[in-house]
Amino acid sequence: MRKRTSIITAVLATLLASSAYAAETGKDIAFNRSKGNCLACHGMPTLPDAEQPGESGPPLIAMQARFPDKKVLRAKIWDATASNPESFMPPMGKHQILTEQEIDKVVEFLYGL
Amino acid sequence: MKKIVIALAGLGILVGAFSAYAGPEEDRQKLVSYFKNKYPDLKFDDYIYSALAFDPDAKSQYNSIMEFPPYLSELEKGEKLWNTPLKSGKTYADCLPNGGKMIAGNYPLFDDARGKVITLEDALNDCRKANGEEAYKNADPKTMGLLSAYMRTLSDGMKVNIKVVGEGALKAYEDGKKTFYRRAGQLNFSCGSCHVDNAGLRIRSELLSPVIGQTTHWPAFRGGDKLVTLQKRYEGCQKNVRHSPDKAGSTRYNNLEYFHSYMSNGLEMKSSVFRK
Ligand code: HEC
Ligand code: HEC
Repeated sequence: MRKRTSIITAVLATLLASSAYAAETGKDIAFNRSKGNCLACHGMPTLPDAEQPGESGPPLIAMQARFPDKKVLRAKIWDATASNPESFMPPMGKHQILTEQEIDKVVEFLYGL
Repeated sequence: MKKIVIALAGLGILVGAFSAYAGPEEDRQKLVSYFKNKYPDLKFDDYIYSALAFDPDAKSQYNSIMEFPPYLSELEKGEKLWNTPLKSGKTYADCLPNGGKMIAGNYPLFDDARGKVITLEDALNDCRKANGEEAYKNADPKTMGLLSAYMRTLSDGMKVNIKVVGEGALKAYEDGKKTFYRRAGQLNFSCGSCHVDNAGLRIRSELLSPVIGQTTHWPAFRGGDKLVTLQKRYEGCQKNVRHSPDKAGSTRYNNLEYFHSYMSNGLEMKSSVFRK
């Protein structure tokens, strides 16, 4: 009995771990309200499922062309107030809203927009 | 040339003198003209509708709900509390100015003798304590919430009329202003980020209301009958944006309400209202 419980626990833990970390895509992180919540402020005009976006930030589109240097894009997300002290955008990295790995994933996701 | 320099110097002094006197009324007028520039079609009196003022569809839904508000029976409970004599035999009407009518727009006020801001809830609790009763909890929806909801209906149509006079009052006002404009918390928002800079815009599907007018219509009944006081709403916003919220009735919130209410000076009060 105890053995079975521990197996179940192990399976559950693996499932949880994979859904919480490995399986989470940049898009998931960007869409998730308790993570990036980018849709609160940004439209993503090329994504049909980016529904009811907010209006305060510029639309995220053609990111690769507009941010040829990935580092600049990453820096904007890490701390938007560095380039614009008045920015409404939460400093995702600086305030540890997202982890460094999560920000990397979001940057890759944005490059596809 | 010399003349111009002198004239400019004179102007400089004038400007200097002006900013030295910058105070609540200048703060308020700045906001009024900021919004007037941004939303020239919006009439000043319509700011009492908060976010609804920007959304004609939501506003017309609101209008039809307000024709027969779902919370009327709650207000009746408040009326009963209002009319029930206190232990001393006196009523709230006996111990408030003008029988409690057409006075809500004067609150919060600064009490020089006590050196602090007194909200309408404080005034009602003072009344209770002076007449043999225990104070109600500041934002308890079943007691103070209902009592203040009914009491405020007696001031419907009164214009908000907050006064900031004297050093202590100004200090409390400035403290509230600081709370409103200071960016804080993990998301780095201030109240002003949303209710000044981005007012009138949507954040996800929510339209952000402007600071002006926000204090004119409390408590609100959310979803029809869930009573929420103004300071509970502060708690709600602070929780939503990951600030560390205070408790309703704290000095910080009372000072915030003092500043916040001043920004609605000149607007008509209306209690209560429906909120989704
Ligand atoms: C609360 C509002 C808000 C949230 C949430 C938000 N942003 Fe922003 N963002 C803004 C605003 C406003 C600007 C424009 C001002 C500035 O440049 O800082 C901006 C600018 C940007 C820019 C620069 C765009 C350009 O064209 O210059 C990028 C890239 C960006 N945001 C990405 C993101 C990503 C990715 C997320 C989520 C992980 C996100 N934002 C979340 C408000 C927000
Ligand atoms: C990130 C955005 C955000 C921040 C920051 C924020 N709020 Fe709000 N607030 C909202 C939203 C969204 C609503 C609901 C829609 C509306 O009425 O504005 C709201 C509603 C309100 C209302 C009710 C308006 C009404 O008439 O029903 C008050 C009052 C209020 N906020 C005060 C504050 C105060 C005070 C602070 C700071 C302590 C604050 N808010 C910070 C987003 C925010």
